[in-house]
Amino acid sequence: MGAFDFDVIERSVGYLFREGMTFTLTLTALAMTGGIIFGTLLAMMRLSSIKPLSWFAGTYVNLMRSIPLLLVIFWFYFLVPYIGAYIIGSNTPIQVGAFYSSVITFTLFEAAYYCEIMRAGIQSVARGQALAGYALGLNYWQTMGKIVLPQAFRNMLPVLLTQTIILFQDTSLVYVLSITDFLGAASKVAQRDGRLVEMYLFAALVYFVICFFGSLLVKQLQKKIAIVR
Amino acid sequence: MPMIEIRNVSKWYGSFQVLTDCTTSVAKGEVIVVCGPSGSGKSTLIKAVNALEPIQKGEIIVDSIKVNDPKTNLPKLRARVGMVFQHFELFPHLSVMQNLSLAQVKVLGRSKQDADRRGVKYLDRVGLIEHKDKFPGQLSGGQQQRVAIARALSMDPICMLFDEPTSALDPEMINEVLDVMVALAKDGMTMMVVSHEMGFARKVAHRVIFMDHGAIVEDATTEDFFGKPRSERAQQFLAKILHH
Repeated sequence: MGAFDFDVIERSVGYLFREGMTFTLTLTALAMTGGIIFGTLLAMMRLSSIKPLSWFAGTYVNLMRSIPLLLVIFWFYFLVPYIGAYIIGSNTPIQVGAFYSSVITFTLFEAAYYCEIMRAGIQSVARGQALAGYALGLNYWQTMGKIVLPQAFRNMLPVLLTQTIILFQDTSLVYVLSITDFLGAASKVAQRDGRLVEMYLFAALVYFVICFFGSLLVKQLQKKIAIVR
Repeated sequence: MPMIEIRNVSKWYGSFQVLTDCTTSVAKGEVIVVCGPSGSGKSTLIKAVNALEPIQKGEIIVDSIKVNDPKTNLPKLRARVGMVFQHFELFPHLSVMQNLSLAQVKVLGRSKQDADRRGVKYLDRVGLIEHKDKFPGQLSGGQQQRVAIARALSMDPICMLFDEPTSALDPEMINEVLDVMVALAKDGMTMMVVSHEMGFARKVAHRVIFMDHGAIVEDATTEDFFGKPRSERAQQFLAKILHH
């Protein structure tokens, strides 16, 4: 007992953040941006009166929400190269690379969740707002873009950010593709130096601190929005 | 040729008929008030005029353009028909000035400066120029409704539709909105107004339409409507809202 060596953290902390955290944050930011954009489009489709559109979006969202994320990560990593090859008619699988593969996966997966949030957001804006837009001569896209979505987005901002915190945690699953995200980097050091307990404790602490303060921020924001409304 | 022509219009929600064979018209410069008990279809009828409510039968023609024709460019038509809603429907995330200029820029293609200049003109006209940089949430109901009227006017509409413009207002704010509407009527604006403000109807309306159960029961000059309403239903309605 007493053989813990917490110095390993000090020795590796530069590498952990420079390599690992940079990747984790980049992936989170890209997947959030892509996921919100695609999710918003899905939400508009889901609420559309055009049946095939709402059917497609509904099926997509339900499918994504019914499959474990880990499975989707595998799926895209192994399938996308073949789908890409099929589309452009190549004989060899297209090399997407682990990074782009994970960005695509997380964007598509998170879009299903962002979709449901934005759907609730759009529905939270009174129907009269859209009618007022149409009455002024704005078309569907102008009414959505200038009137409905800005309000929906503002109303849903705390929930969108909460979902992003979940996304931030979920990105740790990319370690299965041997990517060096924050957890991946910690894991590598842990294996190399035989310091599993120390490194996994430290990694957990870092995730906890970031997510905890993230959700505090969201709470503050929620109060602020409640006053404005 | 009337500005607004409504011919044999019927509408159903599923099997429930909300409008039954409605026919009337509004001439250029004419002011008509549509009244009737709640659920009589008056709001639905006025929303059908700029196709915010689709109709299943009949036709509506605004300035010689058929509204319920799939080929009609609805945004273009709606841009020329001003509409004021019961709940104001100002855009809460935009300032008063932005509320006024948004559609001018996006729909009419006016420059920002031109839109602002016209916006200021109409804000001044409804007496709210000092509130131009505020947000709708900072204004009273009456002020919001006056901004909504200015917003509609800044599109230079050929006619104005008012859907119960004062029924969501506190009593002391009703007059400031009605005053703006009276001034507008005196300027010769073509107006179709769904309202229970019988004082307003008496003062400026040329004709009054009374609706009940989705049908136009009475369509008479203001004098006749208040003097000797023909239908029993309109007599009862008037008796109820005028004497209490």
